[in-house]
Amino acid sequence: MIWVDTVVQGVLLGGLYALFAAGLSLVFGIMRLVNLAHGDMIVAAAFLILLLVQGLGLNPFLAALLAAPAMFAFGWLLQRFILNRVLGKDILPPLLVTFGLSVALQNGMLEAFSADSRRIPIGPLESASVSLGGITVGVMPLLTFGSAVAVIVVLNQIFYRTALGRAFRATSDDPVTASLMGINPRGIFAMATGLAMVVVTIAALYLGMRSNFDPSIGPARLIYAFEAVIIGGLGSLWGTLAGGIIIGVAQTLGAAINPEWQILAGHIAFLVVLVIRPRGLFPRALD
Amino acid sequence: MLLQTHGLTASYGQFKALFGIDLAVAKGECLAIIGANGAGKTTLLRSITGVLRNAPGMVMHRGEAIGDLPADRVMQRGIAMVPEGRKLFPSLSVEENLLIGGQVRGGSGPWGLEAIYDLFPILRERRRSPGTALSGGQQQMVAIGRALMSNPDLLLCDEISLGLAPVVIRDIYAALPRIRASGMAVVIVEQDIARALSVADRVVCMMEGRITLEGTPAQLNRAQIHAAYFGEAA
Ligand SMILES: Nc1ncnc2c1ncn2[C@@H]1O[C@H](COP(=O)(O)OP(=O)(O)OP(=O)(O)O)[C@@H](O)[C@H]1O
Ligand SMILES: [Mg+2]
Repeated sequence: MIWVDTVVQGVLLGGLYALFAAGLSLVFGIMRLVNLAHGDMIVAAAFLILLLVQGLGLNPFLAALLAAPAMFAFGWLLQRFILNRVLGKDILPPLLVTFGLSVALQNGMLEAFSADSRRIPIGPLESASVSLGGITVGVMPLLTFGSAVAVIVVLNQIFYRTALGRAFRATSDDPVTASLMGINPRGIFAMATGLAMVVVTIAALYLGMRSNFDPSIGPARLIYAFEAVIIGGLGSLWGTLAGGIIIGVAQTLGAAINPEWQILAGHIAFLVVLVIRPRGLFPRALD
Repeated sequence: MLLQTHGLTASYGQFKALFGIDLAVAKGECLAIIGANGAGKTTLLRSITGVLRNAPGMVMHRGEAIGDLPADRVMQRGIAMVPEGRKLFPSLSVEENLLIGGQVRGGSGPWGLEAIYDLFPILRERRRSPGTALSGGQQQMVAIGRALMSNPDLLLCDEISLGLAPVVIRDIYAALPRIRASGMAVVIVEQDIARALSVADRVVCMMEGRITLEGTPAQLNRAQIHAAYFGEAA
């Protein structure tokens, strides 16, 4: 039973990693852009939510709802005026720009909020738990996992059921031909990054409520997100969830054997999957 | 004039591909552009559609300078393109490929999903398939339908018969009268000279980035065309 419990906790932890990774996966899937500042953007959004919670006395979920449109606007502007200029055949310029952005964001947050560790207060919810068939699971991990699944379902609905999603896929296939359809690829990319920042806000909400954060932790979160995206197969959102779960389960199993092995076990699982399936679990046929 | 180019030039880096093209397309007209491989036919269409940008006045559409507009804005004005090589979106089904053609500009006009399916009934049967799972001829039908979905006033078709079997080419060209009946002007780039002469109101021949001959099919004789096409006396 202890093993079942460990696996369940791992799956739920995977939900958090999938949330970290979903925005990254979305942006990569549409424009082949690797955003090295993704982790720092999650931390920045967590600070934004914290400011709203402390400044206006809002419930964290309500604060995230307010932060989401602001983050969408940030993402839209960032893509429209900076990232679009460096997107092209060469993948190096966007990498350098987002790396620079990562450094700038970290230092900006350090100036504004100091290096102190923070947490978004949630009161009794933090330790609340429910019993599911003999296994006790925390309400927060359950909520996180549910949110991850919801985010991925909604993103898939947008992708495969809406005109915007059709434009996302067409532009990802072939931006020149998409422009012959009257679509402005730069506008589509801006929408995609805006949408990714909404997902980042949701990830930030759970990051901030479930653990301490400070301006420097972004890159460490980015690694799990990267691993989840790569294990899942680049550009596949359900793959990203599967990738998050694999890392989460590996970490909790590793920790159950020896608490020091938690992080290492996650990275080893990542490498093992890559050895067996170099293109990830659900690679897109096109790439 | 619906569309005019004035001294249109284009280059790829140092290489000049077009040397001052003057072209005019009237409302509702069918113009065929012929010319050997590398003559600059595709480059001309890419310059008109804004994939290659120019000085504003080099391309005029309904009296307005559009030479410097990006492709999406040119398309929104009513110039649709069936690109060389069809260029269907692999991630989209046949129906989605059609829908995306009318997504930004569609609305008023005779062409919608049903009209396209009536024009090319096989596409109705295959509408759930991925666009790229179809045969070459069917893919070409999707590419034409996709362009029609925006109800353009000018339709540019780049080598719609390339690589297709004669019966398939016949089926595709059979749709041309119905397309023209809706009033739009059509420019077809075609390497099959006889085909071009039989469907077009007017023919333009290009060679090495220049227009070498222009006239109605009735005005042109074989020797003239041969000379304009290959750059030598017949
Ligand atoms: N992307 C490019 N980069 C460099 N040169 C190019 C490019 N595209 C075309 N060219 C050159 O420009 C010239 C005109 O090419 P274009 O494709 O317009 O000819 P075309 O008449 O359409 O030929 P085809 O019948 O083969 O399609 C050719 O010499 C070609 O090699
Ligand atoms: Mg060509």
